[in-house]
Amino acid sequence: MAEPAVVRVERLHKQYETAAGPVHALNDVTLSIFPGEFVAVMGASGSGKSTFMNILGCLDVQTSGEYFLNGTDVRSLDKDRQAKLRNDVIGFVFQSFNLLSRASLLENVGLPLVYSKIGRAERNERAKRMLDSVGLEKYHRSRPNKISGGQQQRVAIARALVNNPRLILADEPTGNLDTKTSGEIMEIFTGLNQRNGITIVLVTHEEDIALHARRRIRFKDGFLVSDDEPRGKPTGSRQ
Amino acid sequence: MIAAMLSEAWRALGANLMRTVLTMLGMIIGVGAVILMLAIGQGTQFVVNQSIESMGSNLFIVLSGSTTSGGLRMGSGATPTLTLADADAISELNGVAYVAPSAPGVAQLMYGSNNWSTSVLGTTPSIIAVRDWKVVSGYPFGESDVRSATRVALLGRTVVQNLFNQGEYPVGKTIRIRQSPFLVVGVLGPKGQSLDGRDQDDTVLVPVTTAQRKIFGTQFQGAVRYMMVQAVSAAAMPVVEKSMTQLLHQRHHIQEKMDDDFSVRNLTALAETAATATKVMSLMLGAIASISLLVGGIGIMNIMLVSVTERTREIGVRVALGARRRDILAQFLLEAIMLSVIGCLVGVGLGVGGSALVNKLTGMTVVITGDSIVLSFIVAAGVGVFFGWYPANKAASLEPIEALRYE
Ligand SMILES: Nc1ncnc2c1ncn2[C@@H]1O[C@H](COP(=O)(O)OP(=O)(O)O)[C@@H](O)[C@H]1O
Ligand SMILES: [Mg+2]
Repeated sequence: MAEPAVVRVERLHKQYETAAGPVHALNDVTLSIFPGEFVAVMGASGSGKSTFMNILGCLDVQTSGEYFLNGTDVRSLDKDRQAKLRNDVIGFVFQSFNLLSRASLLENVGLPLVYSKIGRAERNERAKRMLDSVGLEKYHRSRPNKISGGQQQRVAIARALVNNPRLILADEPTGNLDTKTSGEIMEIFTGLNQRNGITIVLVTHEEDIALHARRRIRFKDGFLVSDDEPRGKPTGSRQ
Repeated sequence: MIAAMLSEAWRALGANLMRTVLTMLGMIIGVGAVILMLAIGQGTQFVVNQSIESMGSNLFIVLSGSTTSGGLRMGSGATPTLTLADADAISELNGVAYVAPSAPGVAQLMYGSNNWSTSVLGTTPSIIAVRDWKVVSGYPFGESDVRSATRVALLGRTVVQNLFNQGEYPVGKTIRIRQSPFLVVGVLGPKGQSLDGRDQDDTVLVPVTTAQRKIFGTQFQGAVRYMMVQAVSAAAMPVVEKSMTQLLHQRHHIQEKMDDDFSVRNLTALAETAATATKVMSLMLGAIASISLLVGGIGIMNIMLVSVTERTREIGVRVALGARRRDILAQFLLEAIMLSVIGCLVGVGLGVGGSALVNKLTGMTVVITGDSIVLSFIVAAGVGVFFGWYPANKAASLEPIEALRYE
């Protein structure tokens, strides 16, 4: 039976052991995210948003509970299979952009394709198309430090999209950007969700940014305290 | 994929050029030193082996002397106690191939207006076989020349070069040795240096009888300073040594507890010792130089560890984007190998150049073999893998979440 949800978590717990004792970063979180949804994850600093995103991104594992990505139990996969899953299914956008400073924008965008063993010609071709689609056609050969923060985040979005992911995970993508640039970046996300039907989970603590999403969930002290659409409803029109 | 990884590694090294060059310098010096030391060691071995080959094989030298004269022990060869009759008797022994009794001396040679002082060796035709001389023109003198003490001479190449003008054919010419005329019957092929560094071609061979009666004179008729004895095979050498010693005891009436008036030396064993010594020396040179290669390798490890730490975040990003453990491992290993192999290339150049310079400045023979270059390449790549493994493994083992959080 096909799994309808892109993300399904059940009774998710994450506990960090620290010198000051155990920290419960996530407590008993249960939710599903369906194809085509645009979810904003909100909550105060330290409420567990990043911990949640890292588990969704297969960068970290839960202490207990279940996580199914595209119907697959992530814990059952070894590290190499997890890497392949990230490469195939997920696109990451980080707060601090995380571009490789020595590589050109074209190479940065093409990097995920290197790890899916796609040849140089096709890689460059697809990276070019992605850069063009985020409005950076003039900067193929530039280094990341030669462009503005907003432009760098566009490059990061192009990189997240280049391998046709089902799910985009963005942890505070506008955290380092001014209001106007933040608006532009959110336009891109909205467009991707509405026109391309890509599922997006985006962390923010700004209400007006969260308004771009159709579903808002809120964490407090590691608990999921509110959810606009508890059953989850796709909002993008899938063509 | 490979091309992308290579250019990636190349760029990573280029990003911090000064550091890369300094790290390579360790490798460059290490490989350069190994190549140079191997070249010198092998050059020495080559020279030694060549002089051993030119000496002749399975050889004994039996020296006269060590007699006690009025309480003073004379050195070997000081008093000629060996005789031509001894030589004949030894040549009858089982396992003995040739015996060449030898009466050496130094004499002034003249031809036309040229003159030359050289060592003149009175001996028998056996010397040709024993020392493995080649007669390149003319012919060697024979037993009849020895019996009748004729004035004939075989000239070494150096003597020919110093006595005759360029292009002059020596065979059939008459030269003077200490004023008496000698007919040149043949010219000896070149042998080069002996083990102790003497020019073996600076010599004249004459019949032993002629040397004794007509050039040097002698205290005792038919006595010689030493003889060269060649055994039929290496295996026969111990037996020959024993029976020869017994025979000489008998012939010289030497009882037990009396000092010998002769001594026997196994030249082949001596030569083997020399060969082993140079081999050991050349190995040691190589080993000492290898230590600098090791130091170079540690330098690579050090800088790769720094690089992994600096690029922790980059590693995190790559892993998040789908890099597997082995992709990260390969990336850093490749950088380490590239460091060491490029260092090795430059080092080979330095070593070859340095060897040529040593040869030019000191005249020392240097031998650079393809083997030693291939060897340094393999060692350098090995050093890259060995010392790059730990840092690369460290990079590949980073938890993506920790790596991404790293500031
Ligand atoms: N690696 C870690 N080790 C220990 N505690 C951690 C670690 N990561 C996060 N935490 C703790 O877990 C809680 C949730 O953190 P996080 O998910 O980063 O919150 P947010 O992203 O909402 O600000 C915080 O109290 C934080 O201190
Ligand atoms: Mg956070």
